[in-house]
Amino acid sequence: MAEQVFKNRKNSSGSDTVFNFIMYGLAVLCLIIILYPLYFIVIASFSDPSAVANGYVWFYPKGFTLEGYQELMKQDNLWVGYRNTILYTAVGTLIGLAVNIPAAYALSWKDLFGKKLLTFLFLFTMFFSGGLVPTYLTVQQFHLYNTFWVMVLPFSVSVYNIIVARTFFQSSIPADLWDAAQIDGCGTLRYFFQIVLPLSKAILAVLGLWIAVWIWNSYFNALIYLKDQALYPLQLILRNILVTNQMQSAMGTGEAAQIALRRANLLRYSAIIVSTVPIMCIYPFVQKYFNQGVMIGAVKG
Amino acid sequence: MKSSNTQIMTEKAGSARSVGTVSGALHSAAKRMRKSWGLYVLLLPALILLVCFAYIPMYGVLIAFKNYRNTLGILGSAWANPWYKYFLMFFKSYQFWPAIQNTLIISLYGLVASFPLPILMALFINQMRAKRFKRMFQTVSYLPHFISTVVMVGLILILLSPSSGLVGGFYKLIGQEPPNLMGSANAFSSIYVWTDVWQHTGWDSIIYVAALSAVDPTLYEAATVDGANRWQKMRYMDLPMLMPTAVILLIMRVGNIMGLGFEKIYLMQNDLNIAASEIISTYVYKIGIISSQYSYSAAISLFNTIINLILLVTVNQISKRLSDNSLW
Repeated sequence: MAEQVFKNRKNSSGSDTVFNFIMYGLAVLCLIIILYPLYFIVIASFSDPSAVANGYVWFYPKGFTLEGYQELMKQDNLWVGYRNTILYTAVGTLIGLAVNIPAAYALSWKDLFGKKLLTFLFLFTMFFSGGLVPTYLTVQQFHLYNTFWVMVLPFSVSVYNIIVARTFFQSSIPADLWDAAQIDGCGTLRYFFQIVLPLSKAILAVLGLWIAVWIWNSYFNALIYLKDQALYPLQLILRNILVTNQMQSAMGTGEAAQIALRRANLLRYSAIIVSTVPIMCIYPFVQKYFNQGVMIGAVKG
Repeated sequence: MKSSNTQIMTEKAGSARSVGTVSGALHSAAKRMRKSWGLYVLLLPALILLVCFAYIPMYGVLIAFKNYRNTLGILGSAWANPWYKYFLMFFKSYQFWPAIQNTLIISLYGLVASFPLPILMALFINQMRAKRFKRMFQTVSYLPHFISTVVMVGLILILLSPSSGLVGGFYKLIGQEPPNLMGSANAFSSIYVWTDVWQHTGWDSIIYVAALSAVDPTLYEAATVDGANRWQKMRYMDLPMLMPTAVILLIMRVGNIMGLGFEKIYLMQNDLNIAASEIISTYVYKIGIISSQYSYSAAISLFNTIINLILLVTVNQISKRLSDNSLW
């Protein structure tokens, strides 16, 4: 009997070595596939664009230059876009939290009258919507078209975030707390602001980060609802630099067009770096909050 | 304290109902509402926004059945004749089949390619014993998720460009003429799907990693004693653990098959690949916002939403029958 167990152990440790070999091999391959394209953009942004175009740049910069970044400094609208995006993100995140967190709390209340109906009202919008044009017309009716507020207010309700926050409240705020507070004559509002909120920093951080990243990264609402360049967020300006111009510059031929194309490419590499580095730098430090959020949502979603 | 309170309350409500007076029930409802008025205050901002920007647009769907004029408003505009005029227009339009086909092809291709990979990745992450490597691997694999769609498409255009970029460089290295991948309709769905896999597989694995962390470690020990190797643990212990989560996510994915996102595809579109890249949501945008055919565009998106809803309900029902996993 003991021999049998021992034999099995030996077998399994042999196959475990193979297992580890395959697993870590695959993992390293994944890391390379994920990181190399990003690394390529970084070295390309410091390289002579002709060297990049001729396929000489693979592992380190060739013909070191900062031209791309210098060119970028002159792009005024990019910096206006940057400023706008920071504003939209800050205000939008505050509004998002102020709207979604209290709603989630109310819906987490066990014997809220009309809870089923109210929950249904929220959930229904996840599966059915008026569609693009009716929403567009509604935004116009509210005179929000082409204003600062259209970027932060109308679409700040996120049913998914509400569900995540509701699950958090249901599972991590003990019910006894309310009983105790009630004896002390505390109303639901005061209870929420003075007792529940200070205990909910984790969910505030998670949702705050989610909302901030979402606003920072999206361009759809700006594309539909903004007309003035002065209001454009970073992503819409980037779209002009990275995508729209790419299509146009691909048209030209000849020596001059080739040089212009290469300079435009250089500008693109540095624009990608400048716009993405802030999030990439902050992200590893707040990563645990992101994971937490997904896990809270996973409990019951 | 609380439970006894609620018990008394439910008993009261019960007796009121048994007497059969509606007013009694109403009275207790009003009492309950008054007691928790603060909660309704907390709910109010979200509710107002929801009504204004989700439910009013739902009412606005009416324009799909009308000849909408901006000056006349929704109610003032005349009904379309026949009422399904704009739906018919879509069904008969030469864009109808291509748009539906492209949407379905890209969606299904994406589903098949990108659904199993996060599960696989989570299974492997769960088996990693080297703590620091595991953490580093997770951090790096989540990273691409935070790249914005615009930058992502910018990256794709640069890397696949025949005149510069990785693909161009590679073909020059082996001395061949590089293909123009972004200008090819055939390559479009593959580029879209695999770049999505690159960007989101790591992130999508989090939810499965979370589910796996709930496995009781003593179970593994027991399995080891019984002589199970790690393949067997993965196959017979971990994988079944993930099934409920996987089924729920699958239902949601299938239910959203026609709702393929606008942002990335719109940016990847160009004149050369349009035959494979025009999907319903980009078509709705072009018809509705760019050429201002409001009623027509609203009809197309209503049609799409309804198909989506039917799919979701069907899949959910099937899953309920087969596996007891369902959204509601």
